[in-house]
Amino acid sequence: MLQENSILVQLENVGVRRNGDWLVRHVDITVGRGEIITIVGPNGSGKSTTLKALTGIVRPTEGRVIRDKGLKIGYVPQKLTLDGTMPLSVRRMMKLARNESRDNIDKLLEQFQIGHLADAQVQTISGGEFQRLLLARAILGRPHLLILDEPSQGVDFSGQIEIYDYIRSYRDDTGAGIVLVSHDLHLVMAATDQVICMNGHVCCKGTPQGVATNPQYLELFGPRAAEALAIYRHRHDHVHLPDGRVQHADGTVTEDCYRDDGHHHD
Amino acid sequence: MFEDFMLRAALSGIALAVVSGPVGCFILWKRLAYFGDTLAHSALLGVALALFLQIDAVIGVFTIAVLVSLLLVLLRRTQIFSSETVLGILSHSALAIGLIAVSLSASGKVHLNSLLFGDILAVSWNDVGVSFAVAVMILLLLLLQWRGLIAHTLNSDIAQVERIGFIGSEILFMVLCSGLVAIAMKITGVLLISALLILPAAIARIFARSPEVMAVLAACFGIISIVGGLLLSLEFDLPSGPSIIAAAATYFIGGLVISRIFAIIRNF
Repeated sequence: MLQENSILVQLENVGVRRNGDWLVRHVDITVGRGEIITIVGPNGSGKSTTLKALTGIVRPTEGRVIRDKGLKIGYVPQKLTLDGTMPLSVRRMMKLARNESRDNIDKLLEQFQIGHLADAQVQTISGGEFQRLLLARAILGRPHLLILDEPSQGVDFSGQIEIYDYIRSYRDDTGAGIVLVSHDLHLVMAATDQVICMNGHVCCKGTPQGVATNPQYLELFGPRAAEALAIYRHRHDHVHLPDGRVQHADGTVTEDCYRDDGHHHD
Repeated sequence: MFEDFMLRAALSGIALAVVSGPVGCFILWKRLAYFGDTLAHSALLGVALALFLQIDAVIGVFTIAVLVSLLLVLLRRTQIFSSETVLGILSHSALAIGLIAVSLSASGKVHLNSLLFGDILAVSWNDVGVSFAVAVMILLLLLLQWRGLIAHTLNSDIAQVERIGFIGSEILFMVLCSGLVAIAMKITGVLLISALLILPAAIARIFARSPEVMAVLAACFGIISIVGGLLLSLEFDLPSGPSIIAAAATYFIGGLVISRIFAIIRNF
């Protein structure tokens, strides 16, 4: 088992070079228990490569990756296409991740609004439904760390909100760490503890409100993107602590959010 | 004796079909049809090696097939050519060099026709024993590693991150294919081995709703293709390999027609 308050995974000055080009360089990231980290950055800025270095799929050319012993990771890759040559039902695909009971699998599918598709063949479900399936599948193994590469791509707007709500409640329930790449800044920021802005390297990082005013971030994304973070900043009046409790603007700590907080759990 | 050689032919054919079904499913799922072809073609080189070293052909073919698949793994890492191109080059080079090597090492001693198209009716009891032993070994490995192989086939990144199966499953699969080519050599000949991999699996795909059912169905279709082909070959004095594949192709078309009819009935 993992120790309390431990660091789940850490990148130390990591660089990855492929065919002579550095995809990313000088990346330092520390993922702690119960922490949600969002990586933002333009296309080709090395976000997916960084995630792959965290998972261990990609070996860094330089630097170190320190992973907690026995760390269980759940992974949703950026691209996964199933061509239908393999007959496979949604429930069977879940079972591949972990040999759970049918009841537990169906319950989880239900939570992701795809319970009615349990017997459907995976190549027949829509892109958004498939994305929910991938996330449900990654969570089924009860990982200590979730690594999600654009988990809500192709999902409709209300579905996206549901997905990020679910990710957050999974963190709250289990204390898992979560690292995700997302372009839906306005949606993810409310739940994010740390934003890492990348452009071939880590160009800045910090709390969402800190990054929104960072000149390097503004240069990279322009003022419009900063607004997306700023929306969050205005609404942000409390902090989710790693143990699931909530610290409010006045410094008090409670078990849950206030009803009129900037965001709330339904 | 008539019954004796038919029995040997049927037994070795069934041993082959039982493994070529499930392995063929993976070939389909992994889109490796060309890979199967390449391995099969390299079998000729294996025969030449066996003739040269005076060892059993099965061992020669297996050794060369393993070497060729490792070479493929290496070549696929270089990203200048697509793996399709690499396989296309290797497949036909292996066939050409194999033909040259065989004719150099034993001109006259070997019937090229039986190497290319198989000679299932000339299978010895020893061959039957070897086929069964290899087939059982392949089946056992498949069963033991089934979940990992499936997970790596769907997405090797996820399987690796979530530690489902083991990282060497790709190489394990290639070794299994090599073993299969080694025992298929005598039965269908090098040119038709990959057909015996693909056709039964393709027929099974029409009807299956899960990977396991598809693998079992593929084995069944393989068996009836072998039996049907053998009867055909005996009745009309045709070469055995092509007869088996012709039988399988007939089933495939039959399967498509039947599934169409079912679909139409269901829609009424």
